[in-house]
Amino acid sequence: MAPRRSTMFLGTLAALLLGLAGMLLHARAEEQVARQALARNAARVRQLRLTDLCLCTEASYTRHPTLTDFATPFQDAPMSWEHFPTGAVIQPPPHLVTRHGTHD
Amino acid sequence: MAHMIERHRHIIDFTLATLLRRKGKNGGLLLVYTLIIFVLASVLFFTEAIRREAMLVLQESPEIIVQRTQAGRYQTVPMSWCAGIGSINGVGSAQPRLWGYHYDRTRLANYTFMVPAQDPPGAGHVDLGGAVARMLGAATGDTVAFQGHDGAPRAFTVRKVLEQESQLLTADLVLISEQDYRLFSGVPADQATDLVLQVRNPREYATIVEKITRMHHDARPILRSEILRTYDAVFSWRSGLMLVIFSAATLAFLIFAWDKATGLSAEERAEIGILKAVGWDTSDILLLKFWEGTAISLTAFLAGTILAYLHVFHTSASLFAPVLKGWSTLYPSFRLPPLLDFQQVVTLFILTVVPYTITTIVPSWRAATIDPDAVMR
Repeated sequence: MAPRRSTMFLGTLAALLLGLAGMLLHARAEEQVARQALARNAARVRQLRLTDLCLCTEASYTRHPTLTDFATPFQDAPMSWEHFPTGAVIQPPPHLVTRHGTHD
Repeated sequence: MAHMIERHRHIIDFTLATLLRRKGKNGGLLLVYTLIIFVLASVLFFTEAIRREAMLVLQESPEIIVQRTQAGRYQTVPMSWCAGIGSINGVGSAQPRLWGYHYDRTRLANYTFMVPAQDPPGAGHVDLGGAVARMLGAATGDTVAFQGHDGAPRAFTVRKVLEQESQLLTADLVLISEQDYRLFSGVPADQATDLVLQVRNPREYATIVEKITRMHHDARPILRSEILRTYDAVFSWRSGLMLVIFSAATLAFLIFAWDKATGLSAEERAEIGILKAVGWDTSDILLLKFWEGTAISLTAFLAGTILAYLHVFHTSASLFAPVLKGWSTLYPSFRLPPLLDFQQVVTLFILTVVPYTITTIVPSWRAATIDPDAVMR
């Protein structure tokens, strides 16, 4: 006899809930290992005096968003287009926007 | 208790039979709903993991960086600034930093050349970031060549390849000695890219910054707190493309919810009428609709969230890689630590499952309270 539909549904739901619980437990367990790796990376930042994550390498202003200026994204002229796609993901740093006019 | 469970199971049996009668429509609905939650959860997990990693590792970034700008663009800093800025009260040291970009025309990749302050490679040697080594096919002891500022190729021996786990920081780095860097880039001996300041007391940052800008009007100091705020802002869900992805997914979800909330199809109304006519209570019909909404939204939520977790933390958010890569050919191969915020999962649940379930029940409640005869007509 085929199992009832409710049995199959509740079984699937229970399996998915177990998957979610497993996901949270896995994240918890990995966090300890991750913290050690993060501490080593923090030491690397101190050693190399780094300022940014290496996520986007196509343009200087998205490779080092903390150190960018207003002119670089619009390389050629004030009215030229910003032409690198990652400029849509990485917005200008807040300190550049708030200090604009003071130091630039 | 057993009776109540059995009642619910019968209603679930009936609900599933109803859903399976419209397999195509409900299957499609479940698929798209799962996809929306997958996208939303992937964005949430990815941005939160990157943001937290940035916060944790960049806490060790320089306390103050001093750049020089001219006509709005940054320029090299005269080494003579070190003495003046270093003599400001509260500044422990002011050291020059040498770094810059190099575009590899043959491989269409940008590298970041940098002179490390500690343990620099010897003359004629370089340390390569993981992605650079992968792109050049180089290992320790190999010889690699880069075209210098004067167009002449310069060969270097690879001292070591930087460790895999630091790729999110060092993937595109080429570490080089100061002497080699100056010859390679053409930066004169009396210039540096920027200055790095050590300050003992964080409460003095503002005063020191003010003194630097008074001393050199073209100086642009950047504080460590500003570096951290940058990543907080860039990977906040309100920023850039994240907001676009969020808006698109939320809009798709609203269309779903709106479709459900604005009414039932004639077939569904007739079904409710028949159920009432054969003796179902309004509460039974609401329970039926509750399970209908829950079956779809809870399944989609759980499947979408688990898939998003696997996507972000086990495949390194491979679907987002083209977005972050842009036109570049160099991309770090990193594995994000699963720094999950449980509250995010709860918020996602509340924002996706609850509204859908409610929008399934409300129109049915309206139909269920009308006379069955009127509903069936």
